[in-house]
Amino acid sequence: MKEFVDSLIQQGYFAGMPTQVVYAIAMVVAAFAVLSFFVAPLAGVTSWLERRVWARMQSRVGPNRVGPQGILQWIADGVKNLLKEDLIPAAADHFLFPLAPYIVFVGFLCTFVVIPFGSDLIVADLNIGILYLLAVTSIVVVGILMAGWSSNNKWSLLGGMRSAAQIVSYEIPAGLAVLTIIFVAGTMSTQGIIKNQGWAPWDWYLFYNPFTFIAFFLYFTAALAEGNRTPFDIPEAESELVAGYVTEYSGMRFLFFFFAEWGNLYVIGAVATILFLGGWQAPPVGHPLVDGVLQFTVFFLKAYLWVFVAMWVRATLPRVRVDQLMALCWKYMVPLSFLCVIGTAAWMVVFPHGNRIASIAMFVLGVVILALFAGRVRYQIRHSKPELYLRPYI
Amino acid sequence: MSEAVYPQSEVFHTEDMTISVGPQHPSTHGVLRFVVRTDGEVIGEAIPDVGYLHRSIEKIGEKCTYHGYVPYTDRADYLAAMFANQGFCMAAEKLASTEVTRRGEFCRVIACELNRIASHLISVGTFGQDIGAITPFLHALRERETINDLMEEICGARLTYNYIRIGGVGYDITQETCDKILVFLDHFDPIIDEYNRLLSYNKIYIERLANVAVITKEDAFQYNLVGPNLRASGVKWDIRRDIPYSVYPELEFEVPVGHGEKGTLGDCYDRYWVRIQELQESSKIVRQCLKMIPKGPAISKVPRKFKPPAGEVYVRVEAPRGDMGYYVVSDGTEYPYRVRIRTGSFTAMGIIDKLSRGIMVADLIALIASLDVDAPEIDR
Amino acid sequence: MQAQEIYNKLEKQFPGKVGLFRGDIFDPCLNVDAAAIVDVCRYLRDDPETSFEVLSDLTALDWTKKDDEKIQVVYHLFSYGKRHQIVLKVDLPREAPRVPTVEGVWKAANWFEREAFDLFGVDFVGHSDLRRIMLPEDWVGHPLRKDYVEQEEYDGISTQRAPLVDKLLK
Repeated sequence: MKEFVDSLIQQGYFAGMPTQVVYAIAMVVAAFAVLSFFVAPLAGVTSWLERRVWARMQSRVGPNRVGPQGILQWIADGVKNLLKEDLIPAAADHFLFPLAPYIVFVGFLCTFVVIPFGSDLIVADLNIGILYLLAVTSIVVVGILMAGWSSNNKWSLLGGMRSAAQIVSYEIPAGLAVLTIIFVAGTMSTQGIIKNQGWAPWDWYLFYNPFTFIAFFLYFTAALAEGNRTPFDIPEAESELVAGYVTEYSGMRFLFFFFAEWGNLYVIGAVATILFLGGWQAPPVGHPLVDGVLQFTVFFLKAYLWVFVAMWVRATLPRVRVDQLMALCWKYMVPLSFLCVIGTAAWMVVFPHGNRIASIAMFVLGVVILALFAGRVRYQIRHSKPELYLRPYI
Repeated sequence: MSEAVYPQSEVFHTEDMTISVGPQHPSTHGVLRFVVRTDGEVIGEAIPDVGYLHRSIEKIGEKCTYHGYVPYTDRADYLAAMFANQGFCMAAEKLASTEVTRRGEFCRVIACELNRIASHLISVGTFGQDIGAITPFLHALRERETINDLMEEICGARLTYNYIRIGGVGYDITQETCDKILVFLDHFDPIIDEYNRLLSYNKIYIERLANVAVITKEDAFQYNLVGPNLRASGVKWDIRRDIPYSVYPELEFEVPVGHGEKGTLGDCYDRYWVRIQELQESSKIVRQCLKMIPKGPAISKVPRKFKPPAGEVYVRVEAPRGDMGYYVVSDGTEYPYRVRIRTGSFTAMGIIDKLSRGIMVADLIALIASLDVDAPEIDR
Repeated sequence: MQAQEIYNKLEKQFPGKVGLFRGDIFDPCLNVDAAAIVDVCRYLRDDPETSFEVLSDLTALDWTKKDDEKIQVVYHLFSYGKRHQIVLKVDLPREAPRVPTVEGVWKAANWFEREAFDLFGVDFVGHSDLRRIMLPEDWVGHPLRKDYVEQEEYDGISTQRAPLVDKLLK
C-alpha cells in the first residue's frame, strides 16, 4: 500500500503537495473502497443469508425476489431505509442519540484492520493484533449503552443496561480463551498466530491440547453473547423489550445497528478461524495467485461455517433469562476458562514444543464428536415429517 | 447495606420504574396492557389493564334474535370460535328443549376438537416465541394452516366459523372431508413428538419455565382458574368428562393433569405440558368420532322464529381456554333478555397481579404466555 | 347435594335472610338478602357438606317490568369436590344498587364485580379496587342497563354514524 503511493509520488502525480496529505488522502480512499466494496456487501449478504437460512429452517421461503434467489435483497432494504424519515424523538438526547449508531459501527469496523484474509491480504499486521481486537470490540458496548440511555425510553434503557452487563461479563471468558491461544502461539499478531498453525486439522490450535479444545467452545459461546445473538439476545429480546436499545431508532440509524450486528457475526467467525482453525492456511500449490485465491476461499468458508452455526443456533434455541445468563458466565464459564489457561500453561511446561500424539488424539476425538452430532442430525431429519398440503393449489 | 455506607442523598437515590407493557407489545397477544412497577429487572407489581377490545358482544345479544346472534359469538374468542358457537347453541337448545340430531352432535365434536388443536397450536407456538424460540411458532402455524384448510372445507370459513347452529350444524361433513381429516391426523400425531424434541425437552426452555409463577390448587380455586390452567395445578377436572355434554360420554379420552413434570406442581412448564398432551387427546377424540359418525340429518327442524319459553340457563363447555359459560335469560320473546359469556381468560387475568410480585420481567412474559390469555376473550 | 337440601340448610342457618327458592328450573336458584350475602357465601364455602370452592360466575340482570323494577346480582357457585351448583340472587333497587362485596370469600369476585360495576353500575361496598374495567374511566352511563342511552360523543369523537347508504344517496 505504502509502496504503491510512494511510486505514484515519485512519478510526479502529486506535485506540490506535502507527502503527509497524500498519505492521508490515500488512506481515506482505501478505507472508502474497503467499506463500500467489501464490508457493506459482506454485512448485506450475511443479512440475506441469515434470512434465507432461517426461513428454510422454519419451513418458509424467505426473500427470493430481488436478484437471483433474492441475493440483492439487502440493496433494496438499504435503499428503503435511506428513504425513510430520520426520526429523533423530542425527548431524546439530541447529541448522543444520533452519535450512538456510529460508535457501534466504528467499533465493529475497526476489527477489520487486523483480520487477515490471506498471507498478504491484511490491512495492518499489528504486533498486538488480538489485544487490539478485544479493545475495539469493547467500544460497541459504549455505543449500545449510549443508544439505550439517550433514547429516553424505558425499554431502551433496560436493553442498554442488560447489554452492558452482558458484554462486560462475557469479555472475561472470551479474553481468557484468547489468552490460552496467545500462550501457545507466543505472539499477539494475527498473522503470527496463523503462521504457527498448519493447513492440516491436527496442526490447528483447536486440537493442540484438551484445554484449547474447550477454550474454543468457550470463545464461541462468549462471542455469541458479546454479539447479542440468540440464545443471549436479551438486550433486544423482542418479546420482552419490544426491540431493546433500538426501539426508538428508524431509517438508516436503525440499519447501522444491524449492519454492525451482521458484520459482527462474520467477525466472530473470522476470529474463531484465526485463533483455532488455522486461519487462511491451505496446502501450498506454488503459483502465487492460485495460492492467494485458495487462502482467501479457505478463510472465507471457515469463517462462514461459524456464521452458519450461529444462525442455526438462533433458529433453534430459546432465550435465557438475565440471571441465568449471568450465572452461566460467572459460575461456569469463567472458572472453566481459568482452568484452560492454567492447564495450557502446565501443558507448555511439560511439552514445550507441543505433542503430536495428543494433537492427533484430539483430532480423532473431534471427528468422533462431529460424527455423533451428524448422526443425531440425520436421525432428526429422518424423523421429521414432510410438509402436508391437502390443497394442491397454494 | 447499612445506611452509613450508602447514605440517602439528594443527588443519588434509587426509585422504582413504572413501565407500560402494551397495549401494543409483541408478547401481549392482542391489545392488553400491564402497568408494571419494576426495580431493575425485578417486578414489584404488574397491574393488568384490559378493555381495549371490548366490543359489547353481550349488549349486541339483547338486540338480535337467537339465530342471528350465533355469528357474533364467533368474535368472543376468535381462536376458538367453534366453542363459543357451541356454548350459545347449547344454551338456546336447552331453553327451548330442542333436540340435536345425532350426526349433528358428531359433526360438532369433530369440528370443536379440530378447533381445539388449532387453538392449542397457537398457544404452544406463541409460548415458544415469547421465550425466544421462533421456529416452533412457525412450525405450529404450518400445521394450523392445514386445519384452517380443513375448516374451510367443512364450513367455508377459516377463522370465524359460524358452523354450529341451533339444532345441529350448518353443513354436513362429507365423506371426502372425513378422509382428509384422517390423513391430517396421521400426519399430525408424529408432529407432536417433533415439537417435543425441538422445544419441550430443550434445556433452556425447561430452565425458563420450571418453578416459575407457581399456582397452587387453592389459588386456582380462589381465582377460579379453569381448563388447562386448573388442570396444570393438579385438579383432574374436565367439563367434557365431569359434566358431560354432546356425545363426549361415549368417547374415550384421558384428562391430562400437571404432575410437576420438571419443577413444582402448577408452574409454567406444567401448563405448557398439559396443552401438549391435550393435542394428543383431541386427535384421539376426532379419530373415534370419524369411526362412529352415524348417517342422518345434520340439523333438526328448528322454527325460523325461535322463541324459547321464559327462563334462564347456565351452560358450560370446555373451550381451549377452559370453562366457557353461557348464561342466557329468555323472557319468551324472539330476542334473548340477557346473554352473559363467562370466559376462562377473564378470570386468568385476575391472578396475574398476585403472581407477578417478585418475578423478573422475562418471567412475566412467560406467565402471560402460560396462562394462554386471549385479549378478545377477556374483553368480549 | 340436591339444591333443595342446600336451601333447607341455609334456611335453618339464616332464617329470614333467604327465600324464593325455585327448584323446578334448569339451574335451581334462591334469593338472598343483600346484607347477608357475604355470610351466606362464606358459610357455603366453608361448610364441609356444601364446600363451594369456586365462584363460577358473577353477573347482574336489569329488570325493568312496571311493578318489578330491580337490579339482580347473580352468583353462580360451583363445587369441584361435590359436583353440585347453586345460583344465588340478590335483588337491589335500580336507583342505587349497593351490595357488600364477596371479594373476601373468593378472589375471583374482584374482577367479576368490577365488570358488574362497569356495565350495570352496581356498587360493591368494601371492594378494594372498584374501577371501570371494560370502558374508559370517564365513560358516562352503564351500557348493559336496559334504559342506557349512548352519549352523543366521547372525547370529541362522535359515537353516531350515519348509515353509509344514506351518505351514498346524498
